[in-house]
Amino acid sequence: MTETALLEFRSVNTHYGAVHILKDVDLAIYPGEMVCLLGGNASGKSTTLKTLLGMVTPTSGEVLLDGEVVNDKPTSYRVINGVTMVPENRRLFKRLTVKENLELGAYLRDDREGIDEDLENIYELFPRVKERLSQKAGTLSGGEQQMVAIGRALMSRPRVLLMDEPSMGLAPALVQQNFELIQQIHEEGMAIFMVEQNANMALSIADRGWVLQTGRVVLDDTAEALLANPELRSSYLGES
Amino acid sequence: MMTDTSASKKLFEQNWKRISFWGSICALSQVFICLVGLPSELNRRILIESTLSLGYLFILWIPLVFGYIVSKMVELEGVENPKPGAADLLSGALTGLFGSLGLVLLMLGIDNLDMRDPLINWNPKLFRLLTFENSIGFGSLVWIAVGVGLGTVGASLHQMSSQIRKMVAYATFGLFSFAVLEDVIDDLSEGFRLEWLSDMIYAKKGGMTVTSMIVLAVVLALLPLITRGKFKKTVDRYRSDATPENQRRNSVVLFSIIAVLVIVLPWFLGGIINELLANVGLFLLLALGLNIVVGLAGLLDLGYVAFFAVGGYTTAVFTSPNSPWFSPETHFGISLLVVVVMATLAGLLIGAPVIRMRGDYLAIVTLGFGEIIRLLFLSDWLKPYLGGSQGITNIPAIDLGPWEVRGADPRSVFYMVLAFCVLAIYVSWRLQGSRLGRAWMAIREDESVAEVMGINTVNSKLMAFVVGAVLASFSGAVLAAKVGSVFPKSFEILVSIIILVVVIVGGMGSITGVMVGSLVLIGILGGPRQPGLLQEFQNFKLLIYGALLVFMMLKRPEGLVPTARRTRELHQEEYLQDAWLGDDENEEREEVGEQL
Repeated sequence: MTETALLEFRSVNTHYGAVHILKDVDLAIYPGEMVCLLGGNASGKSTTLKTLLGMVTPTSGEVLLDGEVVNDKPTSYRVINGVTMVPENRRLFKRLTVKENLELGAYLRDDREGIDEDLENIYELFPRVKERLSQKAGTLSGGEQQMVAIGRALMSRPRVLLMDEPSMGLAPALVQQNFELIQQIHEEGMAIFMVEQNANMALSIADRGWVLQTGRVVLDDTAEALLANPELRSSYLGES
Repeated sequence: MMTDTSASKKLFEQNWKRISFWGSICALSQVFICLVGLPSELNRRILIESTLSLGYLFILWIPLVFGYIVSKMVELEGVENPKPGAADLLSGALTGLFGSLGLVLLMLGIDNLDMRDPLINWNPKLFRLLTFENSIGFGSLVWIAVGVGLGTVGASLHQMSSQIRKMVAYATFGLFSFAVLEDVIDDLSEGFRLEWLSDMIYAKKGGMTVTSMIVLAVVLALLPLITRGKFKKTVDRYRSDATPENQRRNSVVLFSIIAVLVIVLPWFLGGIINELLANVGLFLLLALGLNIVVGLAGLLDLGYVAFFAVGGYTTAVFTSPNSPWFSPETHFGISLLVVVVMATLAGLLIGAPVIRMRGDYLAIVTLGFGEIIRLLFLSDWLKPYLGGSQGITNIPAIDLGPWEVRGADPRSVFYMVLAFCVLAIYVSWRLQGSRLGRAWMAIREDESVAEVMGINTVNSKLMAFVVGAVLASFSGAVLAAKVGSVFPKSFEILVSIIILVVVIVGGMGSITGVMVGSLVLIGILGGPRQPGLLQEFQNFKLLIYGALLVFMMLKRPEGLVPTARRTRELHQEEYLQDAWLGDDENEEREEVGEQL
C-alpha cells in the first residue's frame, strides 16, 4: 500500500520498569479499515493501546500518526488528531449525566456548533441515549452504557476508534448487537482497531488481524487467513 | 386518640427489645454527657432564671429525643400500621425511665466508688448537680419523673396534629434560641437602640425571666397560626415560576437583598458579632479554597493549613518592622502580590510531588506536608529568618487611604474579608462551569478515563492545588493583619481538619453549602482558636464537631446545602435503579427474544 498509515508502530519496544512488554512490534492501521489484535492474557494488548494513545511512551522504536513521529506528543495531541479509545468495560463517568459524559468526549473541542451537530448525530444513531440524557450514566443498562461509551468516543470526531475488549462484560445477547453496531460505525468510514478476546466474532467482521504472544507479533494476516489458520484455531478459537 | 381501639395496640403489647435497646442507649448517652463534664461546666450559664441552666438542658434533651425515636413507626409497605396510641406513649415513658436509671446508677457510683483518677468529672460537683444538692433518693425521684415525663412527651409528638406539632416546635426552638443567643440579642438590641427590649426579656443576672419565657412561648406558638404557611407558599410560588427570565430576576432580587444586608448590617452590630463575622469570613475563604480542591477536583488535601500559613507569614515578613531578617515594611497591597506568588510556588512545590498519588495516599502525604510546613516555621533553622516559636509580631494594620483595617476594629476586618470572599465566590462559581471545572469533574470521577479524553490530568490537578492555595493564602494574609502577629501555633493541623469538616458538613462542591457550613460551624461553635457564638462550648468544640460529622455522614452525607449533583449521586441511585429494574429486565428479555 502506498497510502500513509493512520497509526503505525515501527519496531516499538516498551518497558514497565525493567519488565520488557512489547518487543519489536510493527503495526499499521490504514484509514477506514477494521483491524483486530488478538492475544491471551499478559500478551501486551492493553499496552499496545496505551502506547498508541500516548499514555505509555516506547523505550525504542517509533509511533507514527499520519506519518509523523508522535513518540513525545501527549494524549491530547493524538485525540485532537483523530485517535480515540473506548475503554475496557466502558468506564463511563458513572455519577455524571449521560449528556455530561458525551460532552466530556468533546473536551478538547471548541466549536460549539460542531459539538451540537455531533450530539444530534449521536442521538440519531442511538435514540435510546437521547431519552436518557439527564440520567446518571451509572444507572443505565449494560447495552445503553456501551452506546454512551461509543457516543462519547465519537464526540471527539475521531478517524480511528481504539476499542479495548468491546464485548467484555456484556450480556451474551448484547455481544452480537454490539458487533453490529461497530460494523455500522465502520461502514460510515471510521477506522477501527479492536482488541478482543472473542476472536471468532472479531475476525468475522475485521479486515486484518495480528496475534500477540508475550509482547511479540506472531501472526499478521488477513482476517480470513487467520480464521483458517489451524494453529490459531487451536489456541484462540477453542477448537482442537 | 384511642377511638379506634381495634386497630391500636394493647397497652402492654410492647416491643421490649426495642425499648431496652434505645433505653440503654439513652442511659449511656446521659451518663456520657455527665462524665465529659458538659453539665458541670455549663451549669453556670443560666437559660431561664432560677429554673434551668444550659448544663441541665444537655441532660434533658436526651430522653425527649429517645422517646421520640422509640415510638416512631417503622413504615412497612403493604402492612397497615396500628394506629398510634397509649401503648406508644408508654414505650416512650419506659425509654425515659431506662435513661433515668442510668443517672441513678451514676449517682450511686459517685457516692460509693472513687473513680476520679481516669474520670475527672466523677466528682462531688457532678454529684451535687445530679442530686440537686439533696439526697440520692430525692435526686433519683426527680430524674425518674423527668425521664418518664420527657420520654412521654417525646413519644406524644407523633400523635399531635401537624398544626400543634408545628406550634410546639416553634415555641421550643424559639425559646431555645432566645435563651442561648442572649449575648447576640443583647448586642443586636444595643445596635438598634432597643436596650429596653432585651432588658425586658432577660433577667439582670443572665437568663430569661419566667414571665418573659411564658409570654414568648405563647407568641412563638401563635406564629404558625398567624402566618399559616404564607411564607412557604410565597417561596414555592417564586420557585415554581420557572421561566428563565423570572428565575434570573428572582435570583437578582435575592442577591441584592443579601448584598444590602451584608453591607448594612455590620453597622448595627456590636463588636462581638462583627468579630464573629470576620472569623466566619476568614474560614469561609479557606473553605471556599478547599472546596475547589476537595469538592471539585476530588483531591483530599489534609495539609491545607500549609497555604494558610504561607499567606500569614509572607504578609508578616513583608509588612512587619519586627521581621527578624528581611523587613521591607511594604504596604499590604504589595505584600499581597508577593503572597500570591508565594502561595502559587507553595502549591506547585507541595503539589508536584504528591499529585500523582491517588485517594488515601494523597491524603496521608498532604497531611505530612502540612505538618512539615508548620515545623519549618517552628524550627531553629529558620528562627533567624522567621522568628521560630516567637513568631513575627507587630504586623501593621492595613492602610486603605481613608480607612484602616485593624484587629481592634472588627467591622473593618469584616469588610476586608467580605471583599476577598466575594472574589473567591466569583472565582469558584466561574470555575465550576468552565472547561477546567469540567476537567476536574472528570478527574474526580475517573482519572484514567479523563486522561483518555485528552485531559491533562497532572496540570488540571496542579491548577486545583494552586487556586486553593492562593485563596487560603489570602485568608492567612488578612488573619496576620487582623491579629497583628503570626505564630507557628496558629497553623496547627486542627485548622486543616476543621476546614474540611466545614466543607463536608456544608456540602462538598456547593458554594452555598460551604457558606452555610462556615456560618453554622465557625459562627456558632467557633474556629480552632476563635470563640464562636456559644463560647461556653469552647472545651467541647471538638466533641461536637466530631459528633456532627458522624451524624452528617450517616444521615445526610450530601451536606446541609448540597449541589443537585451530589444529591443525585448519593440518594437517587437506589430508587432510580429500583424504578427501572422492571422495565430494564423486560427490555433485555425482548432483546433476547429478538435474537432467538
